[in-house]
Amino acid sequence: MGVSSGSLLGGDGFLTTKISAVANWGRKHSLWPMAFGTACCAIEMMGTFSSRFDIARFGAETVRFSPRQADLMIVSGTITYKMASVCRRIYEQMPEPKWVIAMGSCTCGGGPFDSYAVVQGIDEFLPVDVYVGGCPPRPEALIDAVMKIQKKIDNEGPPIV
Amino acid sequence: MTSPPAPVDQIREKIGAYTLSESEFRGETTFTVKAESIVECCSLLKNTLGFTYLADVTVVDYLTVKFPRYEVVYLLHRFGENYEENLKIRLKAALEQDNPAIDSVTSVWSGANWLEREAYDMFGITFRGHPDPRRILMPDDYDEFPLRKDFDVRDRESSKRCFERALDEGLE
Repeated sequence: MGVSSGSLLGGDGFLTTKISAVANWGRKHSLWPMAFGTACCAIEMMGTFSSRFDIARFGAETVRFSPRQADLMIVSGTITYKMASVCRRIYEQMPEPKWVIAMGSCTCGGGPFDSYAVVQGIDEFLPVDVYVGGCPPRPEALIDAVMKIQKKIDNEGPPIV
Repeated sequence: MTSPPAPVDQIREKIGAYTLSESEFRGETTFTVKAESIVECCSLLKNTLGFTYLADVTVVDYLTVKFPRYEVVYLLHRFGENYEENLKIRLKAALEQDNPAIDSVTSVWSGANWLEREAYDMFGITFRGHPDPRRILMPDDYDEFPLRKDFDVRDRESSKRCFERALDEGLE
């Protein structure tokens, strides 16, 4: 984290940092997920969002089903080619900066569905940041993916103004 | 104790004129009927024998195993008051390999609409007189019939083409 308060400030109330550090600090603690759930992984994703696993602890609890208000797309579930164009369009509607988690075996590589209708991994049409394997992955795995996204955000350059 | 005539006997009598053969497996009766008289046969079953529910329309592709190649299968159900009147039967109609087509039974059961669309989508069977003969699952511009036995089930080329086209339309 680029920003820290406390004894270093000595009560005088100023600090020196970089604009990218402040922006990344803000972004990584308030990820707004766009939950793109198409199959059983979505159930596990809902479990991750709700009280027992509580992704709010990582600042990512504001699930928006509107892409315009989201910056983290969690694609969870089998993606068919018919759905793929919808998925891509929703991704394009999200404002920059944005990140993508591929949750589950189906989104990572088609899973068991080596068939005419199923996309063999959403990286065929989306830039995926974190892959989470599993069928479905445990909520802990999704939380780990969100933390990996947070680490990735830490390394982003300065925002384009 | 003399039992009343079994419900299947009654059905056999009524649709005998349309039937080519009959078989029974685990208490369920299958009638192979003439494809050209499927609508008459179905409306008779519905209107006089009480088969009000068309559970499914599906197709079998025998490819080289059997001739003719396709069989359209109708799964019918009757909700009778007594247990033995509560009955499932199966109708089969054989279709040739080239331009397989059969009359639509949507005039008998309007619920056949989507079932026949699915049969068309997956096997390319044309249902004559269908009110809405579009594909139901695959994209409209998809140009294969994926459940036909001569289709490679891993062939994603047509799906990819439809995906690219859908993307282009979305960007316009």
